[in-house]
Amino acid sequence: CDHSLDIEPKFDVVSANVYRDFANYKPILAKMYAGYAVTGQQGPAGRPDISGIDEGFSNYLRQYWQAQELSTDEAIIAWNDGNLRDLHDMDWNPSNEFLRALYNRIYYQVSLTNEFIRETSDDMLSERGITGANMEEARRFRAEARFLRALSYWHALDLYGNVPFVTEKDRVGSFFPAQTSRTELFKYVESELLAIENELGDPRFEYGRADKAAAWTLLTKLYLNAQVYTGQPRYADAVTYATKVINSNQYQLEEEYAHLFLADNHTSREIIFPITFDGMRTTTWGGMTYLVHAPVGGNMNAAAFGINGGWGGLRTTKNIVNLFSDLSGNTDERAMFHTNGQKLEIEDIFTFTDGYPITKYKNVNRAGQAGSDPSGNHPDTDFPMFRLADVYLMYAEAVLRGGGGSVATALGYVNELRRRAYDGTTGNITQGQLTLDFLINERARELKWEGHRRTDLIRYDRFTSAAYVWPWKGAVPEGRGVEAFRTLYPIPSTDLTANPNLTQNPGYGR
Amino acid sequence: TAQGYPGPGPNLAANHTSGPAYTATTLKDLLNDLKNAHGIQFSYQASLAEDLKLIVPDAKVEAKNVDAFLGQTLASNSLEYKKVKGVYIISKSKQAPSAAHAVRTATKPAVSVQQDVTVTGRVIDDTGMALPGVTVVLKGTTRGTSTNANGDFSLSVPASGGTLVFSFIGYTTQEVAIGNQSTINVSLKTDTKALSEVVVVGYGTQRKTDVSGAVTQVTSEDFVQGQITTPEQLIQGKVAGVQITPNGGAPGAGSRIRIRAGGSLNASNDPLIVIDGVPIDNSGVSGTANPLSFLNPNDIESFNILKDASATAIYGSRASNGVIIITTKKGKAGQKLGVTFTTQHSLSRVGDKVDVLTADEFRNVINERGSQAQRDLLGTANTNWQDLIYQTAYTTDNNLSVDGSVGFLPYRVSLGYLNQDGVLKTGNFERGSIGVNLSPRFLDDHLTVNLNYKGAMTQSKFADEGAIGAAVAFDPTQPVRSGNDQFGGYFQWLDANGRYNPLATRNPISMLEQRDDQGEVKRHIGNVQLDYKLHFLPELRANLNLGFDRSNSEGSTFWPADFAPEAPNNGRINRYEQEKRNSLFDFYLNYVKDLTGINSRIDATAGYSFQEFENESPQFISTDADGVPLSDLQPGLPTNDFYRLRSYFGRLNYVLLDRYILTATVRRDGSSRFGDENKWGTFPALALAWRINEESFLKNSPSVSELKLRLGVGVTGQQDLPGSFFPYLARYTVSDNTAQYQFGNQFFNLLRPEGYDTGIKWEETVTYNAGIDFGFVNNKVNGSLDYYFKDTKDLLALISIPAGTNLTNQLVTNVGNMETRGLEATLNYMAISTDKVSWNIGVNGTYQKREITNLSKIEDPNFEGYEVGGIAGGVGNNIQIRTVGYAPDVFYVYKQVYDAQGNPIEGLYADLNGDGVIDAADRYRYKKPEPDFFLGFNTQLTYGNWDLGLIMRGSVGNYMYNNVYSNNGAYRAFSFPGYLQNVSPNVLETNFNDFQLFSDYYMENASFLRMENINLGYNFGRIMNDKASLRLNANIQNLFVITNYNGLDPEIASGIDNNFYPRPRVYTLGLTVNL
Repeated sequence: CDHSLDIEPKFDVVSANVYRDFANYKPILAKMYAGYAVTGQQGPAGRPDISGIDEGFSNYLRQYWQAQELSTDEAIIAWNDGNLRDLHDMDWNPSNEFLRALYNRIYYQVSLTNEFIRETSDDMLSERGITGANMEEARRFRAEARFLRALSYWHALDLYGNVPFVTEKDRVGSFFPAQTSRTELFKYVESELLAIENELGDPRFEYGRADKAAAWTLLTKLYLNAQVYTGQPRYADAVTYATKVINSNQYQLEEEYAHLFLADNHTSREIIFPITFDGMRTTTWGGMTYLVHAPVGGNMNAAAFGINGGWGGLRTTKNIVNLFSDLSGNTDERAMFHTNGQKLEIEDIFTFTDGYPITKYKNVNRAGQAGSDPSGNHPDTDFPMFRLADVYLMYAEAVLRGGGGSVATALGYVNELRRRAYDGTTGNITQGQLTLDFLINERARELKWEGHRRTDLIRYDRFTSAAYVWPWKGAVPEGRGVEAFRTLYPIPSTDLTANPNLTQNPGYGR
Repeated sequence: TAQGYPGPGPNLAANHTSGPAYTATTLKDLLNDLKNAHGIQFSYQASLAEDLKLIVPDAKVEAKNVDAFLGQTLASNSLEYKKVKGVYIISKSKQAPSAAHAVRTATKPAVSVQQDVTVTGRVIDDTGMALPGVTVVLKGTTRGTSTNANGDFSLSVPASGGTLVFSFIGYTTQEVAIGNQSTINVSLKTDTKALSEVVVVGYGTQRKTDVSGAVTQVTSEDFVQGQITTPEQLIQGKVAGVQITPNGGAPGAGSRIRIRAGGSLNASNDPLIVIDGVPIDNSGVSGTANPLSFLNPNDIESFNILKDASATAIYGSRASNGVIIITTKKGKAGQKLGVTFTTQHSLSRVGDKVDVLTADEFRNVINERGSQAQRDLLGTANTNWQDLIYQTAYTTDNNLSVDGSVGFLPYRVSLGYLNQDGVLKTGNFERGSIGVNLSPRFLDDHLTVNLNYKGAMTQSKFADEGAIGAAVAFDPTQPVRSGNDQFGGYFQWLDANGRYNPLATRNPISMLEQRDDQGEVKRHIGNVQLDYKLHFLPELRANLNLGFDRSNSEGSTFWPADFAPEAPNNGRINRYEQEKRNSLFDFYLNYVKDLTGINSRIDATAGYSFQEFENESPQFISTDADGVPLSDLQPGLPTNDFYRLRSYFGRLNYVLLDRYILTATVRRDGSSRFGDENKWGTFPALALAWRINEESFLKNSPSVSELKLRLGVGVTGQQDLPGSFFPYLARYTVSDNTAQYQFGNQFFNLLRPEGYDTGIKWEETVTYNAGIDFGFVNNKVNGSLDYYFKDTKDLLALISIPAGTNLTNQLVTNVGNMETRGLEATLNYMAISTDKVSWNIGVNGTYQKREITNLSKIEDPNFEGYEVGGIAGGVGNNIQIRTVGYAPDVFYVYKQVYDAQGNPIEGLYADLNGDGVIDAADRYRYKKPEPDFFLGFNTQLTYGNWDLGLIMRGSVGNYMYNNVYSNNGAYRAFSFPGYLQNVSPNVLETNFNDFQLFSDYYMENASFLRMENINLGYNFGRIMNDKASLRLNANIQNLFVITNYNGLDPEIASGIDNNFYPRPRVYTLGLTVNL
């Protein structure tokens, strides 16, 4: 019998063998985390994870950020790429390639994590001779994989609502996943996070890894938005889990607000869960490369941002600018706008100088030195996905929405942020000023361009309604209300074709 | 006269009488026996055999040495033979006839002619060699003779004159009026038609008459002439159903070859190319623009293009897109030393340039429509950037070949040197090539050895083709040089802070002059073919073919530290290397037998083939201009492609009564790319042919010389799928060091599980073919007509898989179907054929249509399809789509609305779905890049020593997306902050303020007719005391193109015109010397 055709690849590892060597486990774990940061096995592009779109566009963080920001008053973009403009116009449809890329990224993460969880069950570990301390560590890796899967499923339920549901029980192959409801998926994500709560590492056990505090923060987010997701408020649970994060005492506000977004922000004790980047080793045309370059243009000095040049794309609308009475940054230092040579009003979406760019993300460190990439393309700056200030504000909001806790504590947290922003107490507010309206504005001042805005506006019913508009909302200069069904993005038409079990979200065609 | 095979003339048959002492037979019978026993061919003059009864020893058929036996037998009958080109030519012995055993049964009375005169002369071939055995007959009579060993003849003819007919197998018959001449010297031309009586098919040859599939042969006689730098150009426009679209005008650039449109979507659509029996790997070779460019076109003898499944099925797994068999030139047995030197010198120039605004026009537009900030950016220069990037380019192509035969060893050795400059400055392609062919025979000619080696070293300097678009878009009011030292002195756009602005258009001259991009490839391809005719069973041949194809590439791109975009990192050097190692083992048995008893002939082949392909490229870390690494990271693992093919194949060709032909083929192919369940595929084919002209009712027809009907059906496969070479296998890959992730202070490489499809298998194409070959009036008019229908099943397509089910979002898998149908017609007309003048005309036309009939696992009529066809303007924008019910890659655009004056209204499109909103759902599928119909026309006129030929090509129904207009034809083009960009004058027609990339306004009909080639040649004949012959030729390629398309070139394979490297007009002068 001739085996000449039974050959194996030269440099790849055949799956049947990969889990026999414990040294392979951490690189596989790294891949699951890196799924949010880079686009493939070669940086900044090459050997992509997903296809069907420009590789730089396929970046998870880039598309998550765009879905959460471009559709709101926080961001508008000057580029003529495909149907990119539809995001701010709020007239996207199921064939929008950017929404499809994000959906595909989410399910790529689900597939990766399912594979790892399946291959590292206790039985499998024993079978492969992974024992003792290695087994303990493998279990923690598995808990982290479940966290990452929960994180992506949370994105799925927040953005797309009713989506296909696949777990480690489904093997890789050709089948049609069933569609789950937003409520069911909420329960699943919650149950997963609760199940792994104690298996994860203690807060801050290793930078870049998901720990207990990351799970608590995600639970807080889940509960704060439970009313939207399931129709059932869970504010008390939000208070509980925000409190767990805060009381871990592992996190503290970064003294200087601007330092949170610089090339050395990995040193910050405020960041609970980052997506890490490195100018040489973790490189992509999406992620922070996009977030640092895209808002630089006009007469802005690229060198001050530690990069070789701006991409002249992202600005914000006057709704955000107007949340600050002083744009200089001398009072509230979170007013980080470039106004010189820019106009506040956006007459023309495609003109970069219409609208103010936000100057928060930079590839320079606290000392002003540029990051490690000599070409000035890729920043060292990490993306602060979860940070303490967000937890403070979520706590305050959950309290105000009737979740129990302490209003005084909430006020204290908010004023801690105000004190930092104002370099003193001049910006502090009173308990009377601590309202839900104040809080959503404060969230915009504190967390603008950090990927929270769409979820926040939906929770406040300001996303689609005519009661709250911004420039070019609904594709008109002055803004207008759009259909209520747009609080959910459509299931991409490609998946509707591929999977006959799926039904489109209400309001959308195929 | 009778010309041997397949049978002698009619006047032999009547003279059978039995001889006394010895076994007597006629010459005819003897030769027939020898032919059957040894497969050899004869030629003799009819008058020789007339009345001749041979006396032959009993042991005739057992004779081991045919030559000795034949010599002995013929000598005893006052005859002798001479072998020319493998044919035994029998003539009267020069020695005094022994006459001992020759018996003349009758003596014809001499024809009574008054005043006969004697005409003498000499017959030579086109290389000047004497031709013995040429039949010379007085037209309309039985009077004739044949030339002797020196090519001389002598014949008495009536004083009234007449016409002599000179004929010889393998040469074109020539007629010469005698007039008053007493000496007539004739040079016979090689008859390529006759040589092509044998057609190269996969694993062997077939008699042309026995071929039942759609096979087209183009030999060197019919090759396109002029500046031919790469092999496929030799047959461009010559073959129906074959579309060869150049990839642009860059030196050394290749072409996209499509035979019958290709049956795949994501799998390869390239035909299989077989060079001297070695199937080569079509994938790209680093460091050269064209994987075929290593082969010197001057070394090629013929192309055989196998089009339908019946012809290609012998190549099973790689045959779905047709097969091109290239045979290179060889030395011939018995040939004396021949030396050929050719030299061609060309000048190439760009014809048209893209219309842009002149500096003054641009100033006017900016002053009129621009902002103050933009007016401030205007410069004072008047620069025509396009004039500056192009040049008149010189090419020289020189070839020296030596062929002949030393004893038993026929040889051919060739050397070639090509040096081609690009019309885009700084580009150059240089090739040195060597070809060696040895074809000795051993063991009484039973063992034929064929040794081929082709080696080439190519050196490419790649000009930055981005400069073409940059020259179109660069502000014409700016100078080339800034006047200061920054950035090497080149003007570049700076940002508000005086730094290089990376978003702005780069100075096109800096792109050309500040980049040094060189690639060097050494490629060797060779094989040893041993063909052994069994001594005890000469009908059976065993053929062993061992081949290899190896290439080593290396190259680098260098930018100096003062090149603006690379200035931040002190310049840049990117390096690459590649090594490809392919090897081949083929073995087959071939059995050919005439079964005269049942009027049949069988030709059966069975064989085994094993081929391995490996391609490895290491990775390198870029350095700065001084060689200092730009990163302290280690380079990642090399990339490695590796696969094997193992095959068993068989073919039976059965001919009954010389007119009913059946060919059955089967190939069983195994590929390492598929899992255990699907490794093997079986690809059968069956064809029937009927030579109607051999039927009694047509056999003697003076008007119908050939009429053959062919019907065939077969299945072929495709395994050349994109992406992984192990698509069925669950596996993990390691990331490069530029894609790591940080935990704590440590970075980890990423280990990624790859998406896979355990069930992936062969793509299968079923092809039905019906064809007819015809020839009328002694083939004065001949041609063929073929209709085909191809249905590709289990199409290997990249499709979206249900989210969450695999380790990626899109996977190449077996899904969908595509149908292709076409009609191909070829017609040749030999309008004039006299001694002095010949004129022939050839046309070929092809109609073809492709349609995707399924593209998803679950049928979904609402599914839009997959977007393809990236365009300039924005990132990731696509203009084409693959949708069920349409041709692949139709354009997907908005329907432009026009005002009463016929001007497009900006941003206003038809609401095609009628939902009151104009959005992406209103796009429609409009036209396609493929033509409905394409044609080639060629004609060749010879008058005395002069010859004139031309080739035209055309295409109808192909549409082009004018991306040069859409990306430069809006006022927005100059309103990017901080820099200016020229606009297309098209904006003056549209008045578009913003880009309207998806408007069907930019769709243009790109049907065209191109004057591909005009060549004029003059043969000086023999010069230097008959020592040499000389030919001069002059040539113009791409003289003009008739088209309504507004861009530079209507012929772009993708259908998207985005600053295509223009194909130049080429003027060539050449010289050929034969010694």
